[in-house]
Amino acid sequence: MHELSIISSVVETVTEALAALPDSSRGATVLEVRLRVGALASVVTESLEFCYGIAIEGTPLEGSRLVVNVLPVVMHCEACREDVELSGVQSFRCPRCGEPCSEMRQGRELEIDSIEIEDAKETA
Amino acid sequence: MTTRIVELRRGILKKNDELAAGLRASYAQAGVLVLNLVSSPGTGKTAFLERTLRELKTRGARVAALVGDLETDNDARRLAASGAPVRQINTHGICHLDAEMIGKHIDGWEGVTLGGLDYLFIENVGNLVCPSSYDLGEKIRVALLSVTEGEDKPLKYPTLFNSADAAVITKMDIAEPCGFDRETALRNINEIRPGIRIFETSAKTGAGMDEWLAYLGEARGVI
Repeated sequence: MHELSIISSVVETVTEALAALPDSSRGATVLEVRLRVGALASVVTESLEFCYGIAIEGTPLEGSRLVVNVLPVVMHCEACREDVELSGVQSFRCPRCGEPCSEMRQGRELEIDSIEIEDAKETA
Repeated sequence: MTTRIVELRRGILKKNDELAAGLRASYAQAGVLVLNLVSSPGTGKTAFLERTLRELKTRGARVAALVGDLETDNDARRLAASGAPVRQINTHGICHLDAEMIGKHIDGWEGVTLGGLDYLFIENVGNLVCPSSYDLGEKIRVALLSVTEGEDKPLKYPTLFNSADAAVITKMDIAEPCGFDRETALRNINEIRPGIRIFETSAKTGAGMDEWLAYLGEARGVI
C-alpha cells in the first residue's frame, strides 16, 4: 500500500545521485534502476513496478526499467552455529535442525543497489 | 555509446531511519519508554490503550499518547478521557505513521515534554502491512491481534509479527463464543517470532492487564 511513497523516494534519491555525478557524466540516460528487497520488507514487486511507471514521468529517470531483486530471509541458527536460508516466511525455524531462530541476517532490506546509465553522445 | 553501472547502495527509507535514530536518542535521553502499537483496524488498540493509560495513571506514572488515523480525532477524544495528554495525528490517506510525523507532533505538543513522561504510546494507523517498514524510534513494537480475527493472522502478516517485540491478544473475554483456538494462535505467533512475550488481555474485564503492566514496568526500568 505504501509502494508509491517508496518509489517516490527511489526517484528522488536516484535524481540526486545523477546530479552528483562528475561533469563527464552530465546528461547520461538512466537505463535501469536495481533494487534489493528482502522477502520480509512488506512491499509487492508488481506494485513497485506499477508505481515506478507513473513516478518516473517527467523526471530524469523517464524511460528506464526497474529491476527488483528479492532476497530470501537468512536467519542465524544458534544450534547449527550457521546462517541458514529460509524457503518461505511462514516459519522461522532452521530448515536443517528445526530449532526456532530469532536472529535475522537478511530479509528486511529495502535499498537501491545500483543504476545502469548510458553516457550522453559526444558532441563534436 | 557506453553503458555502465553506478553502485548506489542506499537505503530507500534512509531519511526515515535517520529521523527515527534521532528520536530514539532523544527518548533515551529523556528517559521515556516509547511503544508503537500496530494492528488491523478493529483489533481494539484504542480500548486496550485506554485501559493501559488509566491503569498507569492510577499507579502514578506520567503517560501520554500519540494516535494516528487517516481522519477524525475520535480516538484522541476517547483516550483523553483517561486524563493523559493525547495528540491526534491525521495522515490524510497515508497508511502508516513515519518518524517525521512523530517528530513534528512531539515538537509542537503544548504542555508535554519528553522529559516529563515515563511512557509514551504511539497508536499507529490500523494496518498490518505498511507500519512495519517505518521505524518510529520506539523501544518496543507491539503487535496486537484480537480473538475475532483468526488464529492464522501472524502467518498471513509475518512481516509485522516478526518485527514485533511483544504480542498482545485482545478481547479475550469473548474468546469462547468466537471459537478462538488459543493454542493455535500462540503456536502461530511463536512460529513467526520465536520466544516473543505474549499477553492475553481483555480491556473490558481487565484480564491480563497486571502482567502487561508489570512488563511495561520492567522495560521502563532498563532504559
